[in-house]
Amino acid sequence: MTRYVLQRLLGMLSVMFVVVTIVFVIVRVAPGDPAAVMLGPDATPADIEALRGRLGIDQPLVMQYLFFLGQLLRGDLGQSIFLDMPVASALLDRAEPTFFLTLFSILIASAIALPVGILAAYRRGSFFDQSVTTLTMLAASIPSFWLGLILIQVFAVRLGWFPVAGYGGPDASFATRLSHLVLPAFALGVVSSALITRFTRASMLDVLNDDYVRTARSKGMSEFRVVLKHAFKNALIPVLTVLGLTAALLVSGAVVTETVFSLPGVGNLVVSAVLRRDYPVIQGALLVIAAIYVLINFGIDMLYLMIDPRVRY
Amino acid sequence: MAATDAYAAPRLTTLIIQRKTLAIGLLILVVIALLAVLAPWVAPHSPSRLSIVNRLQPPGLEWFFGTDEFGRDIFSRTIYAGQLSLLVGAAATVFACVVGITLGIVAGFFRKADAVVSRLVDAMMAFPDILLAIALVAALGPSLATVIVALGIVYAPRLARIVRASTLVIRELPYVEAARALGVPTWRIMTRHVLRNLVSPILVQATFIFAYAMLAEAGLSFLGVGVSPEIPTWGTMIASGRQYVGQADWMTIFPGIAIVLTVLSLQLVGDGLRDLLDPRLRKDL
Repeated sequence: MTRYVLQRLLGMLSVMFVVVTIVFVIVRVAPGDPAAVMLGPDATPADIEALRGRLGIDQPLVMQYLFFLGQLLRGDLGQSIFLDMPVASALLDRAEPTFFLTLFSILIASAIALPVGILAAYRRGSFFDQSVTTLTMLAASIPSFWLGLILIQVFAVRLGWFPVAGYGGPDASFATRLSHLVLPAFALGVVSSALITRFTRASMLDVLNDDYVRTARSKGMSEFRVVLKHAFKNALIPVLTVLGLTAALLVSGAVVTETVFSLPGVGNLVVSAVLRRDYPVIQGALLVIAAIYVLINFGIDMLYLMIDPRVRY
Repeated sequence: MAATDAYAAPRLTTLIIQRKTLAIGLLILVVIALLAVLAPWVAPHSPSRLSIVNRLQPPGLEWFFGTDEFGRDIFSRTIYAGQLSLLVGAAATVFACVVGITLGIVAGFFRKADAVVSRLVDAMMAFPDILLAIALVAALGPSLATVIVALGIVYAPRLARIVRASTLVIRELPYVEAARALGVPTWRIMTRHVLRNLVSPILVQATFIFAYAMLAEAGLSFLGVGVSPEIPTWGTMIASGRQYVGQADWMTIFPGIAIVLTVLSLQLVGDGLRDLLDPRLRKDL
């Protein structure tokens, strides 16, 4: 088991190393002088030279890479040019809306997907099952930002049930801030529920005909208990994988959805950084989000160890 | 004669019609593609003709989908925007296929390359697609070509992973061994014996990549980091309609429906193709 954990850990570290290298390359392939691009046409050569020095881009590429690695090992993501603050602080300041948006979206997606997926598998081939298959495909075809706009039109503008946009200002209570997250979380949750429903259905279909399910039935157990306690528990592993990966993917969904709802989260920060060519922020956000994805993947692998004894090889 | 007919392989059209999802998906896709290609003849108005007196007209007989803030016909713009949205999706898919297939087949064939390519693919897949696309477009500079390249790079690893896995299986099959024993050069084995057998999974995956690329392109355009906002794509149309939510909802609704229908049709085609091309699922052979 220790060997398995070490192997996975090593795999995770090597992937992270490549991730860091990719991010370094992406930012360096930008055409022209990044310092000149960031400062705009009014900058003086002295300003540009000073910024080049600050960013370390006046050094040879290998030195820049080593400097970048050293900086990361110290937990330093660099300095935002436009916000004039460390990238790590900028990301942390914006983390709350993104975290809660992701959390609520995954809760909404699970609340829809798990019961629907289980029931669709249980009633395989029925009208309900066929409708679920069609609806999941439809949900997966909807851009979350477009659904967000439709929700704003109906529930915020017409009915006035929820706020149109924003996060309630700096003095807003927690409840007010949460009310701003209902519509964006619903938009993201509905779209993400499609994939989870399909996985839950497929995973349940795999186990529903297994011997232990038949044994449970032959013992006179209620169908509810058979399906939930015996079948679903064993179907959970692939479902957990997709839940974890959806959580990571939701971060990217949040990039667009936060813009629709003007939520001051990490996604919004990235988009404004791209529009302002604030490369250190783009670089930092990419690294942190990829690291979260890699960590979630590692976490899922470790969770397997705990819930499925067959993995302990 | 009748006996021969009974054993004859079913015609492709019959196979397609028998699969409802594939037939419906193809039908919707063909209609959308035809509308886009025939836009100059189908569109009732010029997509760029300004008419301030007709600004923000609701959908009706004269303006099927209403008009925008400059009085431009949204129906005509939606049809024309389809040309570019479909082009970006298709070109990104082709780019992803070329890069993904090359990486996958090389990784599957050469163990030394495998270690590097697999790590690269794993790392690329750690980035959420739209975020990586945004970063690439930001680095390369926003333009139609960079959006295509960025989306191609984003989706290539998905294909590379599938091609690599299939290549690993196929390279051990007896006929590949036989080809090797006969002295057939590696590149020829790769293209003639391996790649040919990968057409089905590649085709299915490419259809899904087409769908994802269209969704991602719409997202990039909506955010204003993709193609220029002046160029009508379904994403840029929704972005410009955003300011008129509650006042002229049709500006966002119709281009959105166009995206949903196109992506849905591609997913239906992908699902149908998987059924058709997977011999395990194919009942009529």
